[in-house]
Amino acid sequence: MDTDAAGCLGEAVSKDQLRFITCGSVDDGKSTLIGRLLHDSKMIYEDQLRALARDSAKHGTTGEDIDFALLVDGLEAEREQRITIDVAYRFFTTPRRSFMVGDTPGHEQYTRNMATGASNAQLAIILIDARKGILVQTKRHSFICSLLGIRHVLLAVNKIDLVDYRRDVFDGIVRDYVAFASALGFKSIVPFPISARYGDNIIYRSGNTDWYHGQSLLDCLETIDIQSETTDLPFRFPVQWVNRPNLDFRGYAGTIASGSIAVGDEIIVAASGRSSRVKRIVTYDGDLAAAEAGDAVTIMLENEIDVSRGDVLAGPTQRPTVADQFAAHLIWMDEEPMVQGRSYAFRIGTQSIASGNVTRIKYKIDVNTGEPPLAATTLGLNEFGFCHVATTLPVSFDPYHVNRRTGSFIVIDRYTNRTVGAGMIDFPLRRASNVAWQPLTIGKQERAGLKQQKPCIIWFTGLSGAGKSTIANIVDQKLFAMSHHTMLLDGDNLRHGLNGDLGFTDADRIENIRRAGEVAKLMLDSGLMVICSFISPYMTERDLVRKLVGKREFVEVFVDTPIDECVRRDPKGLYSRAKSGKIENFTGIGAPFEAPRAPEVHLKTLGQPPEQLADQVLDALAAREIISLT
Amino acid sequence: MNVQNLARLETRTLPRHLRRLEAESIEIMREVVAEFKKPVMLYSVGKDSSVMLHLAVKAFYPAKLPFPLMHIDTTWKFREMITFRDETARRIGIDLIVHVNKDGIARGINPIDSGSALHTQVMKTDALKQALEIYGFDAAFGGARRDEEKSRAKERIFSFRAAGHAWDPRNQRPELWNLFNTRIRQRETMRVFAMSNWTELDIWEYIMLENIPVVPLYFAKQRRVVHRNGTLVMMDDERLPLRPNETPELRTIRFRTLGCYPLSGAIESEATTIEDIVAEMRLTKVSERQGRIIDTDEAASMEKKKREGYF
Ligand SMILES: Nc1nc2c(ncn2[C@@H]2O[C@H](COP(=O)(O)OP(=O)(O)OP(=O)(O)O)[C@@H](O)[C@H]2O)c(=O)[nH]1
Ligand SMILES: [Mg+2]
Repeated sequence: MDTDAAGCLGEAVSKDQLRFITCGSVDDGKSTLIGRLLHDSKMIYEDQLRALARDSAKHGTTGEDIDFALLVDGLEAEREQRITIDVAYRFFTTPRRSFMVGDTPGHEQYTRNMATGASNAQLAIILIDARKGILVQTKRHSFICSLLGIRHVLLAVNKIDLVDYRRDVFDGIVRDYVAFASALGFKSIVPFPISARYGDNIIYRSGNTDWYHGQSLLDCLETIDIQSETTDLPFRFPVQWVNRPNLDFRGYAGTIASGSIAVGDEIIVAASGRSSRVKRIVTYDGDLAAAEAGDAVTIMLENEIDVSRGDVLAGPTQRPTVADQFAAHLIWMDEEPMVQGRSYAFRIGTQSIASGNVTRIKYKIDVNTGEPPLAATTLGLNEFGFCHVATTLPVSFDPYHVNRRTGSFIVIDRYTNRTVGAGMIDFPLRRASNVAWQPLTIGKQERAGLKQQKPCIIWFTGLSGAGKSTIANIVDQKLFAMSHHTMLLDGDNLRHGLNGDLGFTDADRIENIRRAGEVAKLMLDSGLMVICSFISPYMTERDLVRKLVGKREFVEVFVDTPIDECVRRDPKGLYSRAKSGKIENFTGIGAPFEAPRAPEVHLKTLGQPPEQLADQVLDALAAREIISLT
Repeated sequence: MNVQNLARLETRTLPRHLRRLEAESIEIMREVVAEFKKPVMLYSVGKDSSVMLHLAVKAFYPAKLPFPLMHIDTTWKFREMITFRDETARRIGIDLIVHVNKDGIARGINPIDSGSALHTQVMKTDALKQALEIYGFDAAFGGARRDEEKSRAKERIFSFRAAGHAWDPRNQRPELWNLFNTRIRQRETMRVFAMSNWTELDIWEYIMLENIPVVPLYFAKQRRVVHRNGTLVMMDDERLPLRPNETPELRTIRFRTLGCYPLSGAIESEATTIEDIVAEMRLTKVSERQGRIIDTDEAASMEKKKREGYF
């Protein structure tokens, strides 16, 4: 028995794993192909086959025959609708290789799930229905594969049984595809005439296509040379976790993203530039002399320099870029569109960036037609754009086309926490080292001290006609009467000057608030009490302003007047114009208002005189010890 | 440790695909510890849990495990599992939490009279939810693998659970590259399947090459069983009532998967070493879950259970 096991392992030591996906248009046979591969490589057990036969009779699309797609379409909804919705990861193994395959959905509405599958694949099988040829989705998926860095394509011309195994059909499709894909930068495109349903040219060459002299699909998967690109790249080590069990041990745990490292090598911390040498490479199985891309290790350094989670260790000569602005390709994955200027959270390697935004969408890419770039200010679900991104802290990265591990990022909605986008960095726009803060000798404290007050921002938010300006004005007068130095910023007034170039689209509203926030902050820094009155309908932007200033300096006042009441008052006649369609994107009518979840002051205005409401604001300021009412 | 094992340790060379899987799992575990406030590892005492625990020890070496283990005990586990569990906790020196749904016991829920579906719901799913809430864990490692079952093949590695612990298959977070979205709000939790991409064969090969202890029930031995519903059920204690026409007999059997003993089907086998098991695995014609009585209760039952908060 021992010799037996040794034998099977002997052959296995060099065995590697290939990760690939199947993609292509709806119903081209992706799931069927995977089911067929699993079945013919004997990965399906008898009890599973019996279950499959039962399922095929109930949900199948293949009449009396077994429907192999049901082996992979595992969700109830998928079986009922007979389509793939989410990626399935399946596994099979042959004596030569072990495989992990992601079956991705063909429907356009699930494109984000296809991109999810592509992000970890080394190779893609792109299927084309022989009867239909290249379709819009074929192009879309090819583009996504290319953008996500897949360099090897197996072009499976499927359902060849339905075109009588004709060579001219096959040759025609291959010719069209190669012409189309020439711009996509694939290293290899290997074509196969196959029938996923009947198994032609999948495991063995088929007698039905005697004109075809190439390999079978599985032969190719087993032997294709996918060089491990990552070991030849410069050393990158994103620090995941600092291991500090006792005072004598401080190690940096992580997985080497690219390149290799040996004990004694010099390293630098990308963001700070500080350098040290590798003292030990620690693993549970003993210390290593050297380690390479893909190894999960713990690195100890010779001297104690400041390193924490999110830092990237690199070699001293070929360093990653450190920048807080970069250009990137972005795919949007959320129903709620991406808006220029809005603040999102980012993950880049092990770096968590609490806040950043897309400052500009340079253009949107029409992946269906490959038409020239389109101008845009938002990206909707499944749309692609080339964008400028700014982050509040500098990040360390490499261009994605050079290094997939250190050039990719995800975008997260700061409120819902959904993963809303994924990006691939192209190049830095401004290196962080160029920007330095001009140090000021006289600061906010000194300036406010001279005025004998505590500076703050009192931010009124609410619908148009809610009473913001009225209440803000009274607050201003009362503070003034108490000898406070104040300044009132009003949305309408700012739109005449500073924000005169902005309209009322989502992007413009966001920019409007961003500028107002920055101005308010400057005034705050000069020691003033700044009263701001802006509809400011989005939670994200209000919070962005809050983040700009100190914790106790921002007082959000929610002027809560029901929409019906605002419409009834309609002091400027705006609601009636909005309702008759003369004004687009009017908050409360054509555009949303996101009420604050936990404002510092919540004013319920119905039936309350403005005077009293203003007093409530002053009470709140007093309670926070910003002013004193005695 | 005998001489043969020692020799194997010294020449330890994992095949490349196992090295990659090992590194990937370690990366995931470190990610959880770096990003969550209070993680826990769900330890089910089976082979996958043995591997998961071994990987965790590697991930945080030389530090001690930065989280406790938790076993959801239905009180119907094989006795040998409980012995093995306690030995393991002692050997590695870790905190072990054992949680039983007391309410379920009080209601007299058991796999024999209540049926496997209700028993699983109350003593596993509900018990797990209870325990997560009692201790306030925000992330829980599970040893489930994608190759086990077709709805698992669709699940993310970081599987987000809203406040009620339910899995929403239509609304999973996209999971690209190795960039995991670990952000959750209060009362939301994450289930983390660090071994998603392992297969059953990978598990056994790894156990063999790494010399990982597993419960002896995985090895063939003469044991007292009855034939029931097309499977062999082991008489682990006196609680299993015999049905008419059932006679216990001694058979040489082992288990491919372990759970509550009345719900785990044994297989007839002569495999007494890990090498034997790996060899048998390569030839077998039935799946691992074949013996599990809980999955076949109804169509799509795993997906349904997961929607209710099951692992
Ligand atoms: N005749 C024939 N039919 C096929 C072949 N491959 C797939 N089919 C059939 O085409 C239909 C769609 O197959 P699927 O595998 O579900 O297609 P898919 O590409 O996975 O579809 P989505 O994932 O929903 O985009 C099924 O009825 C299959 O049986 C083939 O080679 N020949
Ligand atoms: Mg499909």
